Amino acid sequence: MSALLPSELDRPALARGRSAADADPRSVSAALRRAEFGDRLRTLALAAPLLLLLALSFGIPIVLLLSRAVYDPTIADALPRTSVALADWNGQGLPGDAAFIALAADLSENQAKGAAYELAKALNARLPGARSQVLKTVRQLEAAGGKPPLDIMKAVPFWSAPGTWPVIANGTHAITSFYLLSALDLRWNADGGIERVPPEQAIFLQVFLRTFFVAAAVTLATLLLGFPLAYLISSVPKGLAAILIVAVLLPFWTSILVRTAAWTVLLQKFGLVNDLLLWLGIASERLDLMYSRIGLIIAMTHIQLPFTLLPIYSVMRTIAPSQMKAAYSLGAKPFTAFRRVYLPQVFPGVMAGCLLTFILCLGYYITPALIGGASDQLISNFIANYVNVELNWEMAAALSFILLVFTLALFGIFARILGLDRLKMV
Amino acid sequence: MKIAKTRLLVFTAATALFTIGHAFADELSIMASGGAWQDAQRKAWFEPFSKETGAKILEQEYLGDLGKVKAMVDTGNVPIDLVTVETATVLQGCDAGILERLDYAKIGPRDKFIEGSALDCGVGLDAYGDILAYDPTVLKEAPTSVLDLFDTKKFPGKRAMRKFPAQNLEWALMADGVAPADVYKVLATPEGVDRAFKKLDTIKKDIVWWDAGAQPAQLLASQEVVMTTAWNGRIQNAIDTDKKPFKIVWNNQILEYDMIAIPKGAKNPDLAYKYLAYISKPENNAKLASYITYGPVRTDAASFVAADALPKLPNAPDHLAGAYLVADTEFWGDYGEDLVKRFNAWLAQ
Repeated sequence: MSALLPSELDRPALARGRSAADADPRSVSAALRRAEFGDRLRTLALAAPLLLLLALSFGIPIVLLLSRAVYDPTIADALPRTSVALADWNGQGLPGDAAFIALAADLSENQAKGAAYELAKALNARLPGARSQVLKTVRQLEAAGGKPPLDIMKAVPFWSAPGTWPVIANGTHAITSFYLLSALDLRWNADGGIERVPPEQAIFLQVFLRTFFVAAAVTLATLLLGFPLAYLISSVPKGLAAILIVAVLLPFWTSILVRTAAWTVLLQKFGLVNDLLLWLGIASERLDLMYSRIGLIIAMTHIQLPFTLLPIYSVMRTIAPSQMKAAYSLGAKPFTAFRRVYLPQVFPGVMAGCLLTFILCLGYYITPALIGGASDQLISNFIANYVNVELNWEMAAALSFILLVFTLALFGIFARILGLDRLKMV
Repeated sequence: MKIAKTRLLVFTAATALFTIGHAFADELSIMASGGAWQDAQRKAWFEPFSKETGAKILEQEYLGDLGKVKAMVDTGNVPIDLVTVETATVLQGCDAGILERLDYAKIGPRDKFIEGSALDCGVGLDAYGDILAYDPTVLKEAPTSVLDLFDTKKFPGKRAMRKFPAQNLEWALMADGVAPADVYKVLATPEGVDRAFKKLDTIKKDIVWWDAGAQPAQLLASQEVVMTTAWNGRIQNAIDTDKKPFKIVWNNQILEYDMIAIPKGAKNPDLAYKYLAYISKPENNAKLASYITYGPVRTDAASFVAADALPKLPNAPDHLAGAYLVADTEFWGDYGEDLVKRFNAWLAQ
């Protein structure tokens, strides 16, 4: 086991520490610490440009984007007077006339500076149907002709409806939990507690679960296919192994889009796979492989196979065949030798490969979009929809945030159970 | 060393000149959603406009979603002058402050456009129909209305529909007995929405969903489905160019308008307006119909449509004789986001 891990003795710091110890045995640990500290500093200095680049080009944008999940000042910025007027409203019934007048003034000002549309959209995201009501009221206020704003506001039923004012009051806080709660199918109820949204609107928990299920199924499939293949490659002569590795890597060098498109050709109703199944007599009628979960898992497994296989192979390659022979010579049956000598040694590679594949699967986008059916869309498809189609980047940020937290938690659990140093990457 | 310096100087000067020359040239960058439709625009409008004004047109393609445009506007780097969009997207982009509010004095008389095709932030390009298409060599009995989608007894097999609530909810209500005139009134109530989804439930397991405009024709051709909803021009294109035997069902079609808009912060708004004015002239507006079967949006353009193109247009008199519905943009602006969420939840169940 320990032969697999980077040996402590290889490290120059320790070697230097030992020579210091020869000179003065009492300062062994001090010298060791000094040497290690200098070593770490040097390592850090070498990595500094990369870390800086990562922080600037990756870290900051991600934090900025994710902050949209909790920070949405559109309504607060647009309704300063209303915020003040609502400061001590208890949230029950309708607020006083002062709030209506303040809202009318805020709406007129937004119209004057051309921001009424943005306000309407922000309110509409929380209160469907608000959009046209805001725009209608704004137009009426503009063409008031001496009519008091309060009368105009009261004449539009929307502003006196029961659900409207709590949403406005809630929106006047720039920091909001609205999107994060929505991403977990939760919402605030009228009494200030958190409740589940009605079942016909609940969607994201189900999609998160589905994403994890598909990722787990694909990981398992790649392991079942990848493990024997990695074993085969590591045990055949070098020349043949090289050919097999190229065979694994060749599709790996082709773009995911192309490979996915190729699968759509194979899997469609009158495609090659269906033809073959019919011809072999395995199926009696054409199967719906496209737009189905099974087709999705087949295609994703093919794309992910190298990610699982390579870490396993890299570990298997280092295990000397003589170990197994030694185990046999000591009386172990083949299965016992495999279980007690071989498996523990390849385990870190298996874990690394599976974790890599699992985490990559969580973010899959193109393949589910093209091959999966309507009920096979993963969370990334919903994030893309909010970014591109709905233009609700707050919701996209909230979903990304939850996915990131799930992924990090998962990684943390793995690291805890197995120890990060045991994960062996290619 | 000296030579290197001189070369560097020459190179810098050349680059600078090139950049300046580039910036002064009359270039109009248009982003459209590709396919047969963009080819038609090229022939009907891009090329003649280029010839007439000397302006060069740079084409870009996208999937019709505004996320890309929002990112450009947010970062203040807008390399496009015009973008083609759907009507609901115009409202959305207008609300989000991504699209310029248009000055119709520079385009043409607003009252000469079909109602609903000249919006604050987008001007109509053409009228298209959401229709039903089928392959008569596969389907022995011919469907007579788009609503036959919901009749799985008479027409067994998979049917493809667009993965979007708009149109499908309208059709579901009509198939459930709501008169076209009342569809949006019913759909604005929670009970109406429930009713529409309940009707969709009855065929849910028979539906294959499509996203891109080119997919319906492919799904029909590969016999993955026996019938599909589609944009009429794409199907007509498959019939005319690819010689497919497909047929279009017009009864209960939903009429919609394609739009074009100027993103906020576009570099060349004057030329963009010039282009909008050019394609909005009735004689030019009618030209597109010669290259794809989408009708003009100017009320005074009908007389300019080529005689052989007219019978295939969604707003040809024959195709408006049966029941039809004009998509309500305001309704989808108001309820779109919520219904999309509900629709996705329904899909996932």
